[in-house]
Amino acid sequence: MAPIAAVAAPKRRKNMLSDGQGTLAAILLSPTMLVILVVVGIPIIMSVREAFFAIPSGVDANGRVFTEEQFVGFANFTDIFASTDMVNAVWGPMNRLVNSFLNTTFFTVVCVIIETILGVAMALIMARAFKGRGLVRASILVPWAIPTIVSAMMWKLIFDSAGVMNKILGQTVLWLGDGPQSQWAVIIADVWKTAPFIGLLTLAGLQTIPSDVYEAAKVDGANAWQQFTRITLPMVKPALVVAVLFRTLDTLRMFDLPFGMIGPSKYSVETMSMFSYQEARNLRYGPAAAYAIILFLYLVLIAFLFVSLLGADVVGDEELKAVSAQRKRAKAAAKAAGHSSTPTRTTITSGESPT
Amino acid sequence: MSHARTARRVLAAALSVSALVALAACSSGATPSASTSGSASTSTDWTTKGPINYVQGKDTSGYVQKIIDKWNAANADQKVTLIELSDNADQQRQSMINNAQTKGGSNYDVLSVDVVWTAEFAANSMLAELPKDQLNLDGYLPAAVDASTYFGKLYAMPSTSDGALLYYRKDLLDAAGITNPPTTWEEMVTDCKAVQEKNSGIGCYGGQFQKYEGLTCNIAEWINSAGGQFLDASGKPQVNNEAAMAGVNALVGYFKDGTILKEELTWQEEQSRQAFQDGKIVFLRNWPYVYSLASKTDGSSKVAGKFAIAPIPGLTGPGVSTLGGHNMGISEFSKNKGTALEFIKWWNSEENQKANLIQTSNAPTVVSLYSDPELTKKFPYLTTLYSSIEKAQARPKVVKYGDATLAIQDAAYAAITYGATGQGTDPKAAFDALQTKLTTLIG
Amino acid sequence: MTSATATAPKKQARVSAAELAVLNKPTRDWKWWLGKIGTVAGMGFIVVYCILPFYWMVISAFRLPTMGQSTDFWPNPASLENFQAVFSPVNNFGRSLLNSAIVSISTTVLTLLFGIIAAYALARLRFWAKGLVLSIIIGCSMFPGITLLVPLLKMFSGYYDWFPNWMNTYQALIVPSLSFGLPLCVWNLTAFFRQLPVELEQAAMVDGCTPGQAFRIIILPLAAPGVFTTAILTFIAVWNEFLIAYTFNQDKDMKTATVAMAQFTGSLGFNTPYGSIMAAGVLLTIPLLIMVLFFQRRIVAGLTAGGVK
Repeated sequence: MAPIAAVAAPKRRKNMLSDGQGTLAAILLSPTMLVILVVVGIPIIMSVREAFFAIPSGVDANGRVFTEEQFVGFANFTDIFASTDMVNAVWGPMNRLVNSFLNTTFFTVVCVIIETILGVAMALIMARAFKGRGLVRASILVPWAIPTIVSAMMWKLIFDSAGVMNKILGQTVLWLGDGPQSQWAVIIADVWKTAPFIGLLTLAGLQTIPSDVYEAAKVDGANAWQQFTRITLPMVKPALVVAVLFRTLDTLRMFDLPFGMIGPSKYSVETMSMFSYQEARNLRYGPAAAYAIILFLYLVLIAFLFVSLLGADVVGDEELKAVSAQRKRAKAAAKAAGHSSTPTRTTITSGESPT
Repeated sequence: MSHARTARRVLAAALSVSALVALAACSSGATPSASTSGSASTSTDWTTKGPINYVQGKDTSGYVQKIIDKWNAANADQKVTLIELSDNADQQRQSMINNAQTKGGSNYDVLSVDVVWTAEFAANSMLAELPKDQLNLDGYLPAAVDASTYFGKLYAMPSTSDGALLYYRKDLLDAAGITNPPTTWEEMVTDCKAVQEKNSGIGCYGGQFQKYEGLTCNIAEWINSAGGQFLDASGKPQVNNEAAMAGVNALVGYFKDGTILKEELTWQEEQSRQAFQDGKIVFLRNWPYVYSLASKTDGSSKVAGKFAIAPIPGLTGPGVSTLGGHNMGISEFSKNKGTALEFIKWWNSEENQKANLIQTSNAPTVVSLYSDPELTKKFPYLTTLYSSIEKAQARPKVVKYGDATLAIQDAAYAAITYGATGQGTDPKAAFDALQTKLTTLIG
Repeated sequence: MTSATATAPKKQARVSAAELAVLNKPTRDWKWWLGKIGTVAGMGFIVVYCILPFYWMVISAFRLPTMGQSTDFWPNPASLENFQAVFSPVNNFGRSLLNSAIVSISTTVLTLLFGIIAAYALARLRFWAKGLVLSIIIGCSMFPGITLLVPLLKMFSGYYDWFPNWMNTYQALIVPSLSFGLPLCVWNLTAFFRQLPVELEQAAMVDGCTPGQAFRIIILPLAAPGVFTTAILTFIAVWNEFLIAYTFNQDKDMKTATVAMAQFTGSLGFNTPYGSIMAAGVLLTIPLLIMVLFFQRRIVAGLTAGGVK
């Protein structure tokens, strides 16, 4: 340990811009961290606590309810599997939370896949267009700019049983009822709003590809599909993966759209956010908190999978990458030198990244 | 050196986190304990006077403030301030509950409570028990008074009421040679067939069968109108016995044979009104508000002047409507309960209810107003409405009304979906499950 | 390219030029035309796909109030009554718009204020646990709103002694909104500040500026486009917010426009005035559309800042 510290110490030099400014950093960061503590930190702690409490049901002899919360351990979580209280929507009879979990997952998988394919297709078309690209780009921002709740009300009018969608189709589809067709109503509305958004991000990625790469591929006799899979996709992947990750997390949290368009307590479109909210409205704060935590863990898992499997670079921070790379090197060096090491303090600042 | 500093910071962070947890844990012990149980009524002081706040949903007519101004002119030392909540019923309920949770900070004195919330609010000790001896409720609709009581105690004063009406196309029935509106479902279907012979493509009956509170009202009417009792005299649910299932099966059967259109699975009040106004159906079950809108002659209603109203039909005779409306209760936390009590007495007097009906079309709870000649002239549906409200049945009085109504909607929606599309659940199975669930909920 | 097509036949007289033109001209076989037609058709499809539902909202707003659910493809007769109804005292929509503006602008200003200094610290200063701080801030944007909402509802509704009753106040919307505005802001601006060479500040400090002055005089003006983009994105996000506003501000006078518009009822309580709802939706969307169309390049740049570099 001592030798490494000794090695590290001389590397530090006085630098007005980047040295010894921990206090200043603390001051500058404190408003942000304070906000995060109040609206994220404290609620999370309370949420975790709440998840282990519940109010006993039933009334006393005067018809008054109990209001004292009791510690119930993991009951709010285990009740999900023990409960005999089933709902029967699209997936067959099952617990309401499991049902909402399946809905959430179904919406996420279907919406994100359709959005990605449609979005990439839109981007490819826009990349080819020279005339009128401004118009397309402007119109593509329209769905994105409309508030979700407004678009929910708009689609509600369109999907009415006597509405224009059924008029065009010439059929009476009960979009706003409670069944598989309601799920597709939600998917259509969600894809409408967000596919252009993915298209826009992908287009930005496409435009960073130098055209001579394609020229070279053409010379080598690559056909259009090969160009797409061997050049275009790999080159837009970093942009696309981050866009898809954010869309995935957003869809997992979906609330406004099914709530405004189809309505609360419709099991075929009830997402985990909606169910948790509904439980809180019925004054069952304990289960509501438990379900919200399950959703949160699910989100963390998905984000983790994205980062580790697809290599989504969410933080996008060169400096941190450099730091961790240096740590790895130091560790490897230490290992090679035959003694264990602790991470060294780094001296890297922006503007002087190690090569 | 650096490690020591790191360790110190980690320790500090850990300590502050645990302090927060401890804080959260402490505060839970101080949760407002509901129950000043039962003793509330005996200790309530009904003499304190002073300014109060009256809380209700959005004043869409703009008339409520005018009545309050009238009170304030006469009671300068006991001024009433109107607090308008959302126009969304669920949000009104939520605001009232949140306000009651505010320890000592509650500023709601008089609450306008939907008939189905009374039990929940009373059980959560949000409403003060009212002194029956100071309120003369003779002459008020018995069903509305009953909806204001919980565990035999009075918690609110009925202020408005509502009941279902059957709107029908008088022109089409006349043309088919039918002089009287149907009183039974069977007659209604026969009438429809006669009308449909001349007007092919017209639907028969419209109701509210989307999965929402309106479905609870509708299914309760089908059960009660078949001689069943949604809740029996002792308050126990009876939703799967023979009589109740006769109503449910009739409804499911009408979905199956197309008497009720498939798309009615997504209808609320507005969609059904729209269909009736567009001339798409012969009969419509709806609330009194439709009357003025369907009578509009600006081109929005194709049936203006062509329809009439009747009590809703039943299995063997006139049906039983579901009771709607609002009651006025006094918050347990009100500091000026004396003023609050005087205010609700004054507000719900016969004279004020009459003025209220004229201004806002809200149906009164004072029986005599339904035969008031001036009113029946202005509101031609009033006599029919009375025959509907007179026999109307309240929805279940359940503390967890949100759970109860959702269970009812689950069963009803599954059953009618089964009738309309073949999916969903067999009606008997659905209502057996409902019976079990309601029994636990009502307890 | 199109001009070349038009002029090519005229030049046929001069042989060498014609040959040149043929050589220069990209091959225009059936494949090329297919691609061209496909592109135009695709663009047409995109425009129709994006605009058509919005078109439906706009024409529904211009119908007569009593014809809200009409399925005619053109309002007949056209009418402005819905827009008048939106601003009738009963609907209180003007107040709701004002509330939305207050909340959105305050949140945007606070986000920028807090976000800029935090981003500067993260981009320029060296301190302990920087990676952790950055992860926490970005992690905040991943929280499902619902996880925070239930405890916040208890907190804000005066359930606990240690927190004031915040129901129906502006801060009840502003403070939680900061938690999703800040991560975006800090993330975008950190990336932006890092792109600016540190030598600029060093030069300023050689000239006698303090680090604070160097930041204010040199860095901030250079970062203005990034700050501006962040401001637009934050404003849009808060303007469009529904769940927080729906939960905390329910009183008639404290609702934001998104909540108010979703809850319009007619004077009779039951009727759903689709016409006014759509009119309100149009009014809510138009400021955003103008903003988005006007600043579209900036917005796209801002949105892609993290992913594409």
